[in-house]
Amino acid sequence: MTPGIPFNVPFLAVAALIGIAFYIIISQRNLIKLVMGLSILASGVNLFLITLGYRAGGVAPIYTHAPEGIMVLPVPQALTLTSIVIAVACLALMLSMLVHIYRHTGSIDSEKSRIMKG
Amino acid sequence: MRKIAIAVSLSVFIAFLAATALLIHPFGYPPSEMDDYIIENTQSETGANNAVSAVVFDYRGFDTLGEATILFTAVTGVVMLFRRRKRG
Amino acid sequence: MMSKIVRTMASLLVLFVLIYGLYIIMHGHITPGGGFQGGAVFASGIALLIVAFGSDYLHKSLKEHHLSIMESSGALIFIGLAFGGLATVFFYNFLVGSPIFGHIPPTGSNPGDIWTAGVIPFMNLAVGLKVLAGLSAILLVMALATTIMEVEE
Repeated sequence: MTPGIPFNVPFLAVAALIGIAFYIIISQRNLIKLVMGLSILASGVNLFLITLGYRAGGVAPIYTHAPEGIMVLPVPQALTLTSIVIAVACLALMLSMLVHIYRHTGSIDSEKSRIMKG
Repeated sequence: MRKIAIAVSLSVFIAFLAATALLIHPFGYPPSEMDDYIIENTQSETGANNAVSAVVFDYRGFDTLGEATILFTAVTGVVMLFRRRKRG
Repeated sequence: MMSKIVRTMASLLVLFVLIYGLYIIMHGHITPGGGFQGGAVFASGIALLIVAFGSDYLHKSLKEHHLSIMESSGALIFIGLAFGGLATVFFYNFLVGSPIFGHIPPTGSNPGDIWTAGVIPFMNLAVGLKVLAGLSAILLVMALATTIMEVEE
């Protein structure tokens, strides 16, 4: 139904998300905000994988009561499923380690919680 | 000095990302031959109506095995980190 | 533990959420969905129970070693089904054409038949069991840790 989206707007949205995530990771000192930046980066990459596999005027690749039309590619959707589960697992481990850092050093500022300085 | 170097490198990286987003193939016309084979032959080879489930569990089942291992390792790590020490 | 209204409505609504999650797992080869998606919906039902009743009250009947047994059995069923088709290749779909789950659907758009797709429904059940046990264990352990840390300080 869409004849052609000018200037590749979905790919520009992916570039904006990844750029914002890199700026957050470089410039923030609070560790919780750093974890949020990593999560935004994972969301940007998942969006890129899905928008790679769109065919203009396509329908979902399911054959049960399927409407007329060509089908979009199913392989990028399968890779995105795996990527989302891996992102959830990494986020759970990072937040658990953050709780332990707070318990042992007393602050979640990345400058004040360094106990291994030479 | 350090702030100027960080600002320059970050803007070079974001310009590279934007240039890639504009020069990639036009949105909606991907070049693909492998997915044409999968869409044609899913119902006769695997017998499933859902092409995405057939790709996840039949054509690429090995990736799902690796991802189940990652989930198992992450749950083991989290439960181990929150174990209570016995008093006394 | 929250007020009486929240506890009553949560114990009425959690039944529908858990059944919806199991429906998505079981119909993964006909409709959109499957093991991972249904497991995540089930774990969000458990999160509703933790928020409404408090993790200390829930820990009296839902312990970690029950969840550990469910997760390990899901992983073992998945590996066992992968080794079942070793006569041809490692992940071969050996139940297509046999009397268990072996119908082949007609080509093109059709109303879905649930007895199709070979070894895929069993794999959906195994992965769904693994994901729901894993995510529920993460939520329960983290909620228990916050109550302990309040007592220590």
